[in-house]
Amino acid sequence: MEKKYLGKYDIVVIGAGHAGCEAALAAARMGKKTLVFSINLEAVANMFCNPAIGGTGKGHLVREIDALGGYMGQCIDKTFISSRMLNRSKGPAVHSLRAQADKRKYHEEMKRHLEKMPNLFLKQGEVIDVDFDEDNRVKGVMLKTGSYYECDAVIIATGTFLRGKIFIGDSNYFSGPNGLAPSMELADNLKAKGFELRRFKTGTPCRALSSSIDFSKMEKQENDEHVVPFSFMNDNIDKEQEYCYLTYTNADTHRILRDNFSRSALFGGDIEGIGPRYCPSIESKVDRFADKSRHQCFVEPEGLSTEEMYLQGMSSSMPEDVQLAFYKSMAGLENIEIVRPAYAIEYDCIDPLDIKLNLEHRKFKGFFCAGQFNGSSGYEEAAAQGLMAGANAALWLDHKDPFIIDRSEGYIGVLIDDLVTKGTNEPYRIMTSRAEYRLVLRQDNADDRLTERGREIGLVDDERYERYLRYKKLKEDEKERLKSTKYKGQSLAELLKHPENTYDSLAEIDPDRPELPQFVKTKLEVEIKYEGYISKQLIQIERFKKLEKKGLPGDIDYNDIDGLRLEAQEKLNELKPTSVGQASRISGVSPADINVILVYLEKLRRSR
Amino acid sequence: MTDTTITAISSAQAEAGIGVIRISGPESLNIAKKITNRSELKNRYMHYCKIMQGDKIVDEALVCYMQQPHTYTGEDVVEIQCHGSSASLKEILSMILDAGAEMAEPGEFTKRAFLNGKMDLSQAEAVIDLIKAKTKRSLGLAAKQLGGALSKEVSGIRDELKELLIQLTVNMDYPDEDIEEITYNKIEDSLSSINDEIFKLIAQSDEGKILREGLSVAIIGKPNVGKSSLMNIFMGEERSIVTSVAGTTRDTIEESAQIRGIPIRLIDTAGIHQSEDIVEKIGIEKSKQAFESAQLVLLILDSSKKLSDEDRELINASKDSDVIVVLNKTDLPSEIDEDELKDIKLIKTSFTNNEGIDDLKDAIEEYIKSGSSESRIDPVISNIRHINLVKLANAEIAQALEMCRAKEAIDFIEINVKAAFDYLGEISGDTASGEIIDEIFSRFCLGK
Repeated sequence: MEKKYLGKYDIVVIGAGHAGCEAALAAARMGKKTLVFSINLEAVANMFCNPAIGGTGKGHLVREIDALGGYMGQCIDKTFISSRMLNRSKGPAVHSLRAQADKRKYHEEMKRHLEKMPNLFLKQGEVIDVDFDEDNRVKGVMLKTGSYYECDAVIIATGTFLRGKIFIGDSNYFSGPNGLAPSMELADNLKAKGFELRRFKTGTPCRALSSSIDFSKMEKQENDEHVVPFSFMNDNIDKEQEYCYLTYTNADTHRILRDNFSRSALFGGDIEGIGPRYCPSIESKVDRFADKSRHQCFVEPEGLSTEEMYLQGMSSSMPEDVQLAFYKSMAGLENIEIVRPAYAIEYDCIDPLDIKLNLEHRKFKGFFCAGQFNGSSGYEEAAAQGLMAGANAALWLDHKDPFIIDRSEGYIGVLIDDLVTKGTNEPYRIMTSRAEYRLVLRQDNADDRLTERGREIGLVDDERYERYLRYKKLKEDEKERLKSTKYKGQSLAELLKHPENTYDSLAEIDPDRPELPQFVKTKLEVEIKYEGYISKQLIQIERFKKLEKKGLPGDIDYNDIDGLRLEAQEKLNELKPTSVGQASRISGVSPADINVILVYLEKLRRSR
Repeated sequence: MTDTTITAISSAQAEAGIGVIRISGPESLNIAKKITNRSELKNRYMHYCKIMQGDKIVDEALVCYMQQPHTYTGEDVVEIQCHGSSASLKEILSMILDAGAEMAEPGEFTKRAFLNGKMDLSQAEAVIDLIKAKTKRSLGLAAKQLGGALSKEVSGIRDELKELLIQLTVNMDYPDEDIEEITYNKIEDSLSSINDEIFKLIAQSDEGKILREGLSVAIIGKPNVGKSSLMNIFMGEERSIVTSVAGTTRDTIEESAQIRGIPIRLIDTAGIHQSEDIVEKIGIEKSKQAFESAQLVLLILDSSKKLSDEDRELINASKDSDVIVVLNKTDLPSEIDEDELKDIKLIKTSFTNNEGIDDLKDAIEEYIKSGSSESRIDPVISNIRHINLVKLANAEIAQALEMCRAKEAIDFIEINVKAAFDYLGEISGDTASGEIIDEIFSRFCLGK
């Protein structure tokens, strides 16, 4: 085919899912001429699995993306149809926001935002090859049509499209999610260039018409009366909310599944990809937890413009006749009309140990990676990496220092450090228990942690930054006032520390207080009430930072360091950590090895 | 790097008139003030102080504060010279730890000295060797080898913590799942029981059942068979032995030494220096006592002579003990009838020609690794580093318990439980981070 030259861009993003969108937006915000391709523009920011954003840990990520000027938070605020703060009965560090989205609207809103974004060019097209020079440096991308776009950096965010393969019972075929075209040639060409790819797998339940479901046999799920917005840019959101419903599997369901285990693609041996343990199909739940008499199934609306409902907890790779039978066995689903069957999907991804903390590939220069391609799962995890990959690609083009968020600064840091330092054997999901400094990394203070940093590199616009400064001052002033205003010998801050008191409950004895938005009040309350715990963690963070700041030159040959154990030498040479702190988290590197490295570094310093 | 303050007993771990404890780091001076009756310590002055625990005088000591940077480590250093008995040293050390210092890692003073530019470049290799050599047997390994029972107790407690941690974590990270909500009663029950067990462990360590660390080894044999040569060989290695003082209240002498990094105590019933001749002077009965008190007996026979009745009696007496029979003097023509020893595992050596020593060390190492020594070690914490870690874990548990009673949110409690879990993991060397998450996925049915 003839090669057609179609121009030059700074950055090309392959894929416009949750990772690709934030990547392109971040790069464009930082002034880079950015071109983003999607195999089909209907797939832009599509939620191919559950119609929800947020949840434990994930909600924190969305807040952080928002604090860095990303669009996920604002997009869901505009398009959610119900919302709930999870874990309210627990401490503020694990409060997690989750909202049901109107899928269609979410996609439209994000797509329109991309279309309006200066420096950003969204196109339909299938990238089938990335062009590198003899130095393994990105030169351009080739499309299926023979069109060639020159570029200096590529961000790959192919999600489940890359050599995607769908499994429904004994049938399987190459396909992207939801019947969209898969990206086959790109995978082959990357392999030929020396990329090592592996297979991961995920799955989704069926979609069914709400008119065929008897909700009276299910438990209605309550929403929050006062919606807490995801985005720092929104004060309050009032809107009528939709409901989710809960039903359960039963002995019949389990019997049907068991009788047909041999017909599931999962047990058939055709699937080679590794699936996530936290998101098993219903047949593996029944298989692995045989003593459990029932499993939950949340029935969730997919949007306002459709009758389709999502059956959370019930993903499956059974053939369609079995699907119909086991769904029908459940209360309220007796007359279910399935419009899209459940399926498992397998896709190509890399081992994230092959990429660096700035999400650039170790071997291929200017090749940045994000989302499921890196072995993660989840819209929020993808978007977070996308934003970071976009920002880092832009910085790389300008020969500037990479933008690294460390484990004490955000869940984004935990996510990326886990992936590229420890690797993963299954699609990786964020969890609050993965964060060491949880009490500091709260969802209520994401802006305090990250907005300033985002501003420094050009991710945060004036409007957000000014708002951030304004509210920060408001909060600090009020904190000062609470500390200096006395009531019966005690300061208001001290009074607020009593478990039974809240900021609002002190209004009676504090008539002169200023009017504050709810999220400022929440933040104040948390910071004052938990001051002791928080400052204890801040001390730990200070220690942690010392090792993080101790940089390791990239050109060290660890085989030359006498005293390192063989295993440590191999791992360190393979991963080339950027700091002593990162080195200490590599499995196979012991505290003694770290001591040896410290001595070596000092030796190096002095001999220079 | 060096924002922590570290401490260790710097004199050799053996009975002596004077012992030295060193503290290094930013908190050194404050800690010294906390544990003494002095509110001021002048730079580079030797102060006579009383070591005070509350109103109780623990010891009298000479305390010297040396301000950075002109010190061994280049940091603020305090050296305390106190009475040399193990008990006294350990008590003061433990007060220093309680006052906020951390137990020094092997070679850490030297490492800090190097990192702070106190040693020249040529010494860097030596520092690395030190780290290497001393960590070979440290932490997890040492706990497994020397304190099988301890490691069992600790890992038992750690398992209970893990169980609790799993419940707390799953409740925290999976609020919408069909999982039993953990109640404060449940948390309190399990924390109380863990608290009791840790408390017991600490109490035992405080009783000082084992004052010195290491495996007790008795060397038994006829006169001139090579006992003192072997002592010298062991003690010469690694130069860890410093003094030996005959106890006034006991009738045994212990010498500290190390075999491949494993601390051992060489026991001689009634004093090796006074008497080369255990068997003749005090007879078989005394030797039997040595069998009783030692964990491992090295019975030395002379291969250049035929077995005597005394040898046979010793062989017989050793039947119920853990014993390694050493056939020495293989440099001389063999006279011994090996048929008589055919059921016994023999190590052949010539101490004179330095032959077979490695085989003997192998055998001792093998013995320790095989775990047969476990049954004879009391379930006490034999290592001060371990005591410190257990105490740190204990403080976390106590705080968790308090928070539980105050009905604080479970994710706060989880932080303390996790910290305690990690401290105990440092003893056994288990700090795998995926442990809890793996367990959660294998135990609970989770997922959308």
